[in-house]
Amino acid sequence: MNIAVCAKRVPLSGGRWELTADGTEIDTSGASMGFTLSPHEECAAEAAVQLVEEFGGSSTVITVGVADSEEQIRSLLAVGIDRGVIVETDGGEWDPQGTSSALIEQVRAGSPDGAYDLVLLGTEAADTADFQVGIRIAHALGWPVVTNVKGLKITDGVARCERAVGSYREIYEVSLPAVITVKDGLNIPRYPSVPGRIKARKKSVDFIAGERPAPRLEKVKLALAVEEQRSAEILGTGTGNGADAVPALVELFRTIGVI
Amino acid sequence: MILVIVDHDRGVLDPTSVQAISGALALDSEVDVLVVGAAGRDVVGELASFGANTVHLAVHDSVTDFTPVASARAALELISRVSPAAVLVTGTPRGNEVLAHIAAILDLPMAAECLEIALGNDGVHQVVRNRWGGNIMETARVHSTLLLAAFAPHAVRAESAVGTGTIAEFTPALSDADLAVRILDRVGEGATGVGLTEARVIVSGGRGVGGPEGFAILEELASLLDAAIGCSRVVTSNGWRPHSEQVGQTGTKVAPDLYIACGISGATQHIAGCRTSKTIIAINTDKDAPIMGYAHYAVIGDLHTILPELVAATRAAKE
Repeated sequence: MNIAVCAKRVPLSGGRWELTADGTEIDTSGASMGFTLSPHEECAAEAAVQLVEEFGGSSTVITVGVADSEEQIRSLLAVGIDRGVIVETDGGEWDPQGTSSALIEQVRAGSPDGAYDLVLLGTEAADTADFQVGIRIAHALGWPVVTNVKGLKITDGVARCERAVGSYREIYEVSLPAVITVKDGLNIPRYPSVPGRIKARKKSVDFIAGERPAPRLEKVKLALAVEEQRSAEILGTGTGNGADAVPALVELFRTIGVI
Repeated sequence: MILVIVDHDRGVLDPTSVQAISGALALDSEVDVLVVGAAGRDVVGELASFGANTVHLAVHDSVTDFTPVASARAALELISRVSPAAVLVTGTPRGNEVLAHIAAILDLPMAAECLEIALGNDGVHQVVRNRWGGNIMETARVHSTLLLAAFAPHAVRAESAVGTGTIAEFTPALSDADLAVRILDRVGEGATGVGLTEARVIVSGGRGVGGPEGFAILEELASLLDAAIGCSRVVTSNGWRPHSEQVGQTGTKVAPDLYIACGISGATQHIAGCRTSKTIIAINTDKDAPIMGYAHYAVIGDLHTILPELVAATRAAKE
């Protein structure tokens, strides 16, 4: 089984978000800032590694991003993904249609082991939350797509997908080739082992020059959410063990109407 | 005219999906609603109470449960017939999914997670939308004659209004491929306890709870308040509670009347899942924890001391 995993480098904040002076980007220069992959995508990569362990074949991670995305790509190679492809951007943001087009082109090109049978990705990106890239890929390829998947089992070329809805799960089945967009909780992604990290250094990462299409969902500016400035009213004296706040809490329950 | 697609599950209206009707009525007095599936007939009366006039009911023998591509095809047929200026949904998993199918088939842009929508006349619309689960807001232009946009859940409140609820039934033309992905079964239905998304009150625990056994006192409080149990990502990563209880950007996003965060520091990932709660109470030993910037009320102290006293006092107050 040949699997493509689509993933994206996103900023990681150890504290509060800060924006650049012109308000168009997250300020990633601070000491508490780093970069990561979204949990959804880490689960997609883990699922790909498990499926290749079960069925053979290979897995490829594809990203649209800056050259430094190699760090995040190698982190997936260290947990067992076989190779990486970076459609390299100059750092400017690509809109969902542009991102989808670049990913579609790479999926169509296939891997050195042949055509892909399965594309796995997050239901939405951690940063932009567009909820559409997987579905656009599926339509371009003429493949079925199941979204929001939190349970996945493949038998005889048919993927049984579970989707969590409130307290129960909906069941879908699709024949491969297919696109499946997953959610955090699908599995528990493994940590990279030391041999895994060493192997990852030798795995191939191809760079392909990307050209950003004109955005049709065009970012104008960013702002921090207003709630960021709220400051909680302290109940009780705020000193001691906090038990003196209990009468105020019960009163609050009454006011809100929950008792 | 704006077309709003609402969702139902086997004839039970999704109340979140209705928010898009109120959002649309704030933009245009003419709003048509699309409901897919014969069981959708059961929700038309309720839709009228939110101001729906014409309710297009797409009925097809092969569509007996949620079938995302079929819903999109039904919407496309309607779009070409009634030429709306915008197609809006609430961004529930199903709402986003159906809208994205429409966007993919038409090769048009789609704006998800919208807080505000301004329709333009010249093929350029402006939206304000959530990024990072609502920690950051983006102002964006959408370049398209037909605007496809999803309101973030709870970005608008569903308002009562008087509509006629006139049913316009049609049968969409569907191919086998349109029916390939559909709900085949459900597992775990009828589970006991209050579901996270439906709960009016959520008692949620984080790292400060200390371990799986620490949740016993949270469960006691939850049962007194008819509340659901929630937790932060570290709790599920440690295996203390099931993933289905995780509140956060990558877990479940909730908007209860009351959210009680016990021993939760308030990482951005967690806040993204509970920020739209009407009232947030934080119980935490650290008065400088990030959660204090989001909570309405806070108790500074150890939850292991406070919760037993709170349970006793709440029980006494209910008697």
